[in-house]
Amino acid sequence: MQLSRDDLKRAYTAMFTIRAFEERVEKEFADGTIPGFAHVYLGQEASGVGVCFDLTDDDWIGSTHRGHGHCIAKGCEIEGMFLEIMGREGGICGGKGGSMHIADMDKGMLGANAIVGGSPPLAVGAALTQKLRGTDRVAVAFSGDGASNQGTTLEAMNMAVILKVPMIFVFENNGYGEFTASDYSVGAASLADRAAAFGMPAQTVDGADFFAVHAAMRDALEHARSGRGPYTLETRCSRFLGHFVGDPQKYRGPEELAEARANDPISRFRDRVGEAALLDMAELDEIESAVRARVDAAAAAAREAPMPSLATLETDVYVKY
Amino acid sequence: MARISYRKAINQALEQEMARDPNVILMGIDVGGGSGGSGDVGSVGGVMGVTKGLYPRFGPDRVIDTPISESAIIGAAAGAAVTGMRPVAELMFVDFLGVCLDQIYNQAAKFRYMFGGKARTPLVIRTMGGAGMRAGAQHSQMLHPILTMIPGLKVVMPSSPYDAKGLLIRAIRDDDPVVFLESKALYDMKGEVPEEAYEIPFGEANWLREGPDATIVAFGAMVPRAMQAADALAKDGVRVTVLDPRTTSPLDEDAILESVEDTGRLIVVDESPPRCSLAADVAALAASRAFGALKAPVGMVTCPHTPVPFAPNLEDAYMPSVERIVAAVQATL
Ligand SMILES: Cc1ncc(C[n+]2csc(CCOP(=O)(O)OP(=O)(O)O)c2C)c(N)n1
Ligand SMILES: [Mg+2]
Repeated sequence: MQLSRDDLKRAYTAMFTIRAFEERVEKEFADGTIPGFAHVYLGQEASGVGVCFDLTDDDWIGSTHRGHGHCIAKGCEIEGMFLEIMGREGGICGGKGGSMHIADMDKGMLGANAIVGGSPPLAVGAALTQKLRGTDRVAVAFSGDGASNQGTTLEAMNMAVILKVPMIFVFENNGYGEFTASDYSVGAASLADRAAAFGMPAQTVDGADFFAVHAAMRDALEHARSGRGPYTLETRCSRFLGHFVGDPQKYRGPEELAEARANDPISRFRDRVGEAALLDMAELDEIESAVRARVDAAAAAAREAPMPSLATLETDVYVKY
Repeated sequence: MARISYRKAINQALEQEMARDPNVILMGIDVGGGSGGSGDVGSVGGVMGVTKGLYPRFGPDRVIDTPISESAIIGAAAGAAVTGMRPVAELMFVDFLGVCLDQIYNQAAKFRYMFGGKARTPLVIRTMGGAGMRAGAQHSQMLHPILTMIPGLKVVMPSSPYDAKGLLIRAIRDDDPVVFLESKALYDMKGEVPEEAYEIPFGEANWLREGPDATIVAFGAMVPRAMQAADALAKDGVRVTVLDPRTTSPLDEDAILESVEDTGRLIVVDESPPRCSLAADVAALAASRAFGALKAPVGMVTCPHTPVPFAPNLEDAYMPSVERIVAAVQATL
């Protein structure tokens, strides 16, 4: 399926926004303006964007602790995201959530999640809502290779199959959960094999290739929307940095680290559209400068923004109490 | 005596007990770290570096890196414990209790009673909790009240390097399941710790300071704050007793009651929302067993009834502060 020039620009804008946003997060973290931890999505941009490309605000995604890329791919505003991860007033969650809890119900973003394996059962529920209401919308649960071993994830896979809900399990396999390699922690040959054992179709794709992820997601969406139940995608990605910003990564050898950086989804996208003469490099460069300017402005504004009012400490625990 | 950190004190206790007893094993996510990777295996030693050096010394059979599967980690440790091992399982953040609670409270904690006294479950669950690290609502809770109310489980809240080492050694040698709840805010705290192994008994409070005017009872990371409050009060001529129960289950009720009988004033500092907290528990103890001695209402210095907020200013306001402890003591005078 051929993408239009506008589609390609939209994909590149989203991918590059994630890249620039996360590079800025790395820098802000070093400057001490981001409290707590930061898990960045550098190297995995094509996976999130490929998966979310054909989703609308009425489709749901559940995300992970490494959620900034998913938020951007699903359309969350980066201005509110910077405010949130710096803990400022006006953040998407009022500064109460932080990097690992960005959620935007208007954009179908059910939340980043600091509990590994937290999202898959929630996404089953979001998909159940679609099934019961007869919409043609779907729910997606993003998980890592590490999260694939969590009981909640495995329970959700089985339940999604037997309830035949319109849902897609996306396993972003970046080779590691924290400091432990998936070669060690996952006992099956592939995550797609596991999905097959649960009774759902699955594909494993190159997660650094936007086009491959997007094409596989189209298959998954067609399956889910036609009432045939859930689908699994395993996107093989590389994690450019450590588990969190500042992780010294002694558990990865130098060759592996170099390979991870070489498999860059941004340059692969550029090469691909360049070779096929789909877009001019100048057009992509223009996108990059516009994105960088927006990211810089958003981060600078967030740095100057006030802290949330202390009066908000005890609000929003309940709707009514 | 060497001055070492709380982190190092825990590490030393683990190393000495593993060297002493081959049945002591560690299991948890990244307790060695790097398994299956292309670099140094076992070089990480936990996300906070608490188990550093143990994998190189004891190897993969005794320092077991696990998948991210908390129910299986805790359940397997309980199963190994009841069949003869002495596992120390790590639940990285106590917030992940939600993922594995069944294996703790329906399984490990109940074996002995349900099986008519025929089982022993020498399981230790090392875990960390507490706010102040800007880690957000799912990585900042303490949750000791949930654990303390479970019959069959013992709960330890070490507040200093010395206590951490002695209480952990006691926990490993104990024949019942123990949750050893470390305060992540204290990992870098330094204090004098003997090199040799020693035990601190459970259920015996530490009298950190004695004064006639009021009794402050504090747990875990609230203990150093209570001591700071005691210093501030001393400047105004108010001399307080500070009691650290060290374990919330068993709880040294006698020490608390004895002190309240002496001072007539009780302030409990607890890093928890107020409902069903240790503050409420200790206040109820005083109300039911030392009512006649009380000269003022019991002061409860707790967190609000909210999740832990992320924004630093909100999180600071969430925590019981030294100022709030001082004010609570003054209110009883
Ligand atoms: C229930 C639970 N267990 C452990 C953790 C600690 N933790 C946070 S992220 C992570 C690794 C997750 O690995 P993976 O699912 O592969 O995601 P990635 O970080 O590679 O994106 C771990 C162990 C957690 N947050 N929640
Ligand atoms: Mg991973």
